[in-house]
Amino acid sequence: MTLRIDDVVLTYPDGDRTLTALDHVDLDVARGEFTAVVGPSGSGKSSLLAVAAMLLTPDSGRVTVAGHDVSGASPAARTRIRRDHVGVVFQQSNLLSSLTALEQLLVMAHISGASPRAAAVRARELLIAVDLADKEHKRPHQLSGGERQRVNIARALMNRPEVLLVDEPTSALDHERGIRIVSLLAGLTRENGLATVMVTHDLGTLPLVDRVLTMADARLSEDGRKTKADLLAAPMGAGE
Amino acid sequence: MFVALRDLRFAKGRFALMGAVVLLITLLVTMLSGLTAGLARENISAITELPADRVVFAASGDSAPSFSDSRVTDTMWREWQRVPGVSTAERLGITMGRVASGERGTGAAVFGVENVRDGEVVLSSGLAEELGGEPGGKHTTVRISGQDFTVSATAGAASYSHAPVAWISIGDWQRTAGQDAVATVITLRTSGDPDLAAADTRLGTVTVDRDDAPAAIGSFSSENGSLQLMRGFLFAISALVIGAFFTVWTIQRRGDVAVLKALGASTGYLLRDALAQAVVVLLLGAGIGGALGAGAGALAGDAVPFVLSAATTAVPVAVMILLGAAGAALAIRKITSVDPLTALGASR
Repeated sequence: MTLRIDDVVLTYPDGDRTLTALDHVDLDVARGEFTAVVGPSGSGKSSLLAVAAMLLTPDSGRVTVAGHDVSGASPAARTRIRRDHVGVVFQQSNLLSSLTALEQLLVMAHISGASPRAAAVRARELLIAVDLADKEHKRPHQLSGGERQRVNIARALMNRPEVLLVDEPTSALDHERGIRIVSLLAGLTRENGLATVMVTHDLGTLPLVDRVLTMADARLSEDGRKTKADLLAAPMGAGE
Repeated sequence: MFVALRDLRFAKGRFALMGAVVLLITLLVTMLSGLTAGLARENISAITELPADRVVFAASGDSAPSFSDSRVTDTMWREWQRVPGVSTAERLGITMGRVASGERGTGAAVFGVENVRDGEVVLSSGLAEELGGEPGGKHTTVRISGQDFTVSATAGAASYSHAPVAWISIGDWQRTAGQDAVATVITLRTSGDPDLAAADTRLGTVTVDRDDAPAAIGSFSSENGSLQLMRGFLFAISALVIGAFFTVWTIQRRGDVAVLKALGASTGYLLRDALAQAVVVLLLGAGIGGALGAGAGALAGDAVPFVLSAATTAVPVAVMILLGAAGAALAIRKITSVDPLTALGASR
């Protein structure tokens, strides 16, 4: 498995109490598999994504990313593994305002120390893949919401990650553009053999994914897993 | 420098404002440095150019050596000549007086020295120019304290306590100055490692290095101290202003920093990028400011005492860059505390 989360527990201090965000959670995602995680607000979806992205260290359990057991890894090692093996697609596009679309991708190569020439070729290929070849010199404020999200996706793929973590990619988009973005993610997942985990509230996009998992009360058990058809038949409550 | 340079390009206005502040402070510091050195030169050059390596003052209790208080005796002078390791011990008399030539006259420092013949005077170039008294010129005699002297030469641009210098023989100096003492100080040339402290104790004198002797000119210490204090404050202000700017800038960038960290940028990478950004602003601002200061100093050099040298231009620019970078480094250390987790969710 490219992304494996075994028996992970994550708690937060909350005044005198301790809140459990992830309660003995297991998750396996294979190459080329597009998995969606849905669930009500506060169920632990974002915490799951943060643990998979190595931005939070669980209290117990094991996290394996692209073959690296990151459970006991130092912060520097986690940063390096994230840089080299994980792509993150943010909820807001989180593009840097001073960079053009092309530079949003090139900065990833600069961070990883890749050759500038090869990076430029790769970045242009990705912009073509997300249908933004003619927008490479545009800055974020010159792009539409959907275009910004496509740059966000292309940026996440720049360093050829094995794991793609996607946080509510359609929350700022209308339904039609949301469908297009998730379709793009599905296509890229298959073409690039990515292990993709997408946290979403947008049930309309679920037909596009391979697997849907439900998070409830910090638990993501195999028994609680529902099919896409089940979820579409019984929509969830308010979003997170 | 990838993000740093693009931020500079994108936020031109903000960085231009900061660069302009650095430029103006550097311009001010450079001009102040040149002026400080120029004023110091006018105050002390006759002392720092003395052909000696030590200056001996008569001790005056616990007070620091002072040219205005020191009066050396004939005994001191003769004993110093016999101190082992002292090659030469010459008397030097200093008084402030009026030097006149015809209808023209000006205040000057009158130095009594041992290598000028009685009845003759050597004028510093500034004094000669003011009096027109150089040999072959209009005036060949000058009057000092009611006594006429023949101008034998002009020598250098020396000045003392902001006054040009007239050198006369030590004998003439003793007569014109009306002093009981044989001289103000004794100048020494030494070789080897003479026991100066023992001689000072025995003779009631205080010996200092020639380059430390300007501190014994009262006006020099207060004037130079004030100007150096101003310079120090300007350096400190500049470091604070740059630190404040980059503190605000770093706070504004916290979101971007969180995103870059979440994407895999190390804290070291981000710190280097931010510091490089500050250094670029400092190099441009301080470089242009220093160049303008040097240019302005060169233009003003005829009207005001201004020394144009590496010490008054390159050094202030380098100090500005170093202190500014230190201020920026303190400000951008906040990058280390940015949590990449904040890049997730809808908080930005």
